[in-house]
Amino acid sequence: MVNRKFIPLIVTCCLFFLLFGIGSIQFESFGTSRVFFNLLTDNAFLIIAAVGMTFVILSGGIDLSVGAVIALTGVISSVLISQYNWHPLAVFPFVLLLGTGFGAAMGALIYFYKLQPFIVTLAGMFLARGLASVISEESIPITHEFYDAVSMFGFELPGGAWIGTSTIICLLVLIAAIVVAHYTRFGGRVYALGGDNNSAALMGVPLASTTISIYATSSFLATLSGIVYSFYTFSGYSLAAVGVELDAIAAVVIGGTLLTGGYGYVIGTLVGVLIMGVVQTYISFDGTLSSWWTKIVIGILLFCFIAMQRVLSRGR
Amino acid sequence: MSNATAVLQLRGIHKKFPGVHALKGVDFTLRPGEIHALLGENGAGKSTLIKVMTGVYTRDGGDILLDGQPIFPASTGDAQALGISTVYQEVNLLPNLTVAHNIYLGREPKRWGLIDWKTINQRSRELLKNYDLDIDVTQPLSSYSIAVQQLIAIARGVDMSAKVLILDEPTASLDADEVQSLFRIMRSLKERGIGIVFVTHFLDQVYAVCDRITILRNAELVGEFEAATLTRPELVGHMLGKELAALEDRLHQTTSESAAAPALTLTQVGRPGTLEPVDLQVAQGEVVGLAGLLGSGRTELCRLIFGVDKKQSGTMVFQGKTIHLSSTKEAIDLGMGLCPEDRKHDGILGPLSIRENIILAQQIKQGWWRFIPRKQQNAIAEKYVKDINIATSDIEKPIEQLSGGNQQKVILARWLASNPSLLLLDEPTRGIDIGAHAEIIKLIRQLCEQGLSLIVASSELEELVAFSDKVVVLRDRRKVAELTGSDIQPDTIMRAIASA
Amino acid sequence: MNAFLSNPQLRRYLWPVAGLLLLLLINLIISPEFFNLTFKDGRFYGSLIDVLNRAAPIALLAIGMTLVIATGGVDLSVGSVMAIAGAVSAYLIVSGVDSLTVIIAGGLAAGLVGGMINGLLVGYMNIQPIVATLILMVAGRGVAQLINEGQIVTFQHEAFSFLGTGYFLGLPFPIILVIITFVLVQLLMRRTALGLYVEAVGANASASRYLGINARAIKLSVYCLAGLCAALAGMIAAADIKGSDANNAGLWLELDAILAVVIGGASLMGGRFSLVLSIIGALIIQTLTVTIIMSGIPPKFNLLIKASAIILVLLMQSPRFQQQLSSLMLWRKRHG
Repeated sequence: MVNRKFIPLIVTCCLFFLLFGIGSIQFESFGTSRVFFNLLTDNAFLIIAAVGMTFVILSGGIDLSVGAVIALTGVISSVLISQYNWHPLAVFPFVLLLGTGFGAAMGALIYFYKLQPFIVTLAGMFLARGLASVISEESIPITHEFYDAVSMFGFELPGGAWIGTSTIICLLVLIAAIVVAHYTRFGGRVYALGGDNNSAALMGVPLASTTISIYATSSFLATLSGIVYSFYTFSGYSLAAVGVELDAIAAVVIGGTLLTGGYGYVIGTLVGVLIMGVVQTYISFDGTLSSWWTKIVIGILLFCFIAMQRVLSRGR
Repeated sequence: MSNATAVLQLRGIHKKFPGVHALKGVDFTLRPGEIHALLGENGAGKSTLIKVMTGVYTRDGGDILLDGQPIFPASTGDAQALGISTVYQEVNLLPNLTVAHNIYLGREPKRWGLIDWKTINQRSRELLKNYDLDIDVTQPLSSYSIAVQQLIAIARGVDMSAKVLILDEPTASLDADEVQSLFRIMRSLKERGIGIVFVTHFLDQVYAVCDRITILRNAELVGEFEAATLTRPELVGHMLGKELAALEDRLHQTTSESAAAPALTLTQVGRPGTLEPVDLQVAQGEVVGLAGLLGSGRTELCRLIFGVDKKQSGTMVFQGKTIHLSSTKEAIDLGMGLCPEDRKHDGILGPLSIRENIILAQQIKQGWWRFIPRKQQNAIAEKYVKDINIATSDIEKPIEQLSGGNQQKVILARWLASNPSLLLLDEPTRGIDIGAHAEIIKLIRQLCEQGLSLIVASSELEELVAFSDKVVVLRDRRKVAELTGSDIQPDTIMRAIASA
Repeated sequence: MNAFLSNPQLRRYLWPVAGLLLLLLINLIISPEFFNLTFKDGRFYGSLIDVLNRAAPIALLAIGMTLVIATGGVDLSVGSVMAIAGAVSAYLIVSGVDSLTVIIAGGLAAGLVGGMINGLLVGYMNIQPIVATLILMVAGRGVAQLINEGQIVTFQHEAFSFLGTGYFLGLPFPIILVIITFVLVQLLMRRTALGLYVEAVGANASASRYLGINARAIKLSVYCLAGLCAALAGMIAAADIKGSDANNAGLWLELDAILAVVIGGASLMGGRFSLVLSIIGALIIQTLTVTIIMSGIPPKFNLLIKASAIILVLLMQSPRFQQQLSSLMLWRKRHG
């Protein structure tokens, strides 16, 4: 018998293959490794952010500040690089540190003042976007040879697929996240928090440090996602990445993670993003369907997965 | 008992909360290799004592000695590290983690810095075999029954080097077979020299496994007894605060014998797992007392009558009509009311005002569109504040700011305002001060004189004797006796509760 | 004043009203012309009227959101529902419907359907409100774009445009609509027992069950009401620009609406609500925006100030923070 806890993940994977299969049958050049790896390349930043969101949602929380943190990262990096002539390799650790601190502060507010994650991270979102627009309302281009080198770096796979820097970073993040989630005590504590706060505390899980670390991790990954995002755009803009937090949440849910926390897998989130990517690719291949169908389909998928989780947890 | 043979000793433990002195110098001694029952009615101080032992609360006075050494557990983690493990009725493990992960959470063995799942699963499997459990440890905990989960919790606790194992109401949601297998495990742990504290309200179970018994009442120690020499009636007497020998025979003044028409008749009403089928008749203007210890089925019976839970068997006739309640709304429309046992959780609407809390039942009876005008609301609220003496300066005060006794009076007022013909009061005097207590008893008497039928569940025998026309005794979710007239005396009730 | 403070009903008004007055005072100091009101051609003009007019959509959303939050829920989809309602009205107008009643009914129906979906998910399927309404928040914009076929649909319809740009009794019509909605909802909640039921469900769900209150139906109806309010706001927004912009109509307004309710002092855990306070909350948000502009602070600081305001309000409501604050005061009293 298949372990019950894997059912949502299996459904997610089947759905991906089904959608990819339908596309491949309908369009000649759809079912190629190039299209598949383009899904990774195009959505690398989303995958990184969604992995962070996975930890938050597994613990029973939510982080609405992700998109804003991405934008803020881009703005700070581009200002430091273009106006203060910092080297990108000096900028990245700096913004990652800032981002982690930002998340830790949100986590601390949530834990110590018993505030709801949703409203605290909402304030965080306003704060990050606000800071970004105070620093610059204009889009700031990044011109630096390091960025050129980054965009040139990569290698080609047989079949014409290209693996670039963003894809490599994204895959490394995925591996690291899987190890952390399933093979470290911190990972266990994240699941424990999502299972039952009280029991977790009675079993000796340190709630304060775990909560703070979870939101710090999410913001760290959002910042990293912001850096990767700047590799695509070569610029920093305060209005960039609007609504990415919603895409990330949708990817996590479609990836089979229970929104109430406690059940789910990091790898599912990857498949969740890929499903959303396939839908988008299919719609662009089709040509007659318009882009808004993406949102509607994602909404329907969200509904189906939430309903399925409801049924599964009722049977439990 | 000398210190040398005690694994855990508590001496003169005090614990105070704002307005409540929850433990008044309680002693407790646990020997290694014994099963020691900790008994007492609700509010006696058992759960506070356990929380002091396990580091949830810090004591305000007294000593805790573990193997003769004073200890100061500041958290459950602390207590656990010292060797004191606790298993609660609602299993405090994590339903979403695997069985093995639950057993090893917080002390996962590692290999190359990463959690070694293979070892965890293998060790868990072997560990659980000692508990007669041969299950797939990689499944989430939630896929197993409460009984299995409880054994897993015990296994975790004992495996973390427990010297003392506290079982807090572990049998409340188990069936007979599951209880027997739990007892088997308890006995084998006892043989390994572990001291077990067993909290339960099933007296049969106390006698089945326990060596000694400590009884608390009203935050004080009643005494420590050998199970073999303490008789059942003595035990009940200690718990309820009445020495059998000291009971003076008082004749119950019988009111007008049940010439009145029956208001409510239950025939074999029950619900599997909750309450065995019960027969019960309540006449117009009669007070029926429900006696029994905590968990005996008093609350369950009240909930079935009021439609909070649906009855699964039997028939219920209310004022001549056969009724099948599917919601409490129907019960309210028919003219019933229920003051629930857990006032805070099921009774009061904390942030709402006294006025709103009082008029709510009547409003619901009238329907949402027939709003009670504010003036009338004020009048109703003022009337009851005055009539039943609710101590407040202002009817607009949120009810959560009142004392327990006054909150209870507001809930009573809520139902009285709805003009019911049958009122169910579940432990109406619990957790309230003596003055309010007396007033509520007086009120109950007045109400039945006005022709209201009442069903009152209480663990205070004096109280039941004082106002009941008939007392129904429940034990282990079953009706065991019905007393009327001169039979309504504390000792007869007690004998019925204790009868094996 | 003492009598005022000792009345728990009135005390809740203290902070929000004080906040609004403070903002107005700042405006009085930095630019007294803020309070200038002129009456010309049967219409009032002035910054105050402007603030009220611009606050209208948030105020409408806040009315619905207040009730949803009172039941312990939240509705993230109101912004998207605004877009859908605007799109439906525009579609009707463009496809030749002339009857104002039909156009408005169409928009409202869209809102009602949206609210009903949310209400069924929350009340009958027991899905967490944030999650349930997230679905419509994501999909709703797609639906609106679908109706608009991805374009910004512009239209000419005088009677409909009146909703956004008309004047009535000397006031911009959106203000009148807010007043009408407020009065209707207030009557429905406070002249029937519905308001009491809503508060009971939010205050203690278990006790409400013992009292036989049908929590599911109550939840369904408040989400429906929130949908209707959002639809009205959406039609005002569409009428204002004589077009339906599915991408931007009502974008992020759900957050402002939640904010308005929180600033009004309501607990996100549910329980007591006050429509008046939420509208004051909406006015504070709008006045804040105007004050920032008036005081010469570049508008880009808007979000930053708003974020600080939310964090402050949240902390003030947290019991732990109040405790820390009062012990700090005590400490200073002792040592200073």
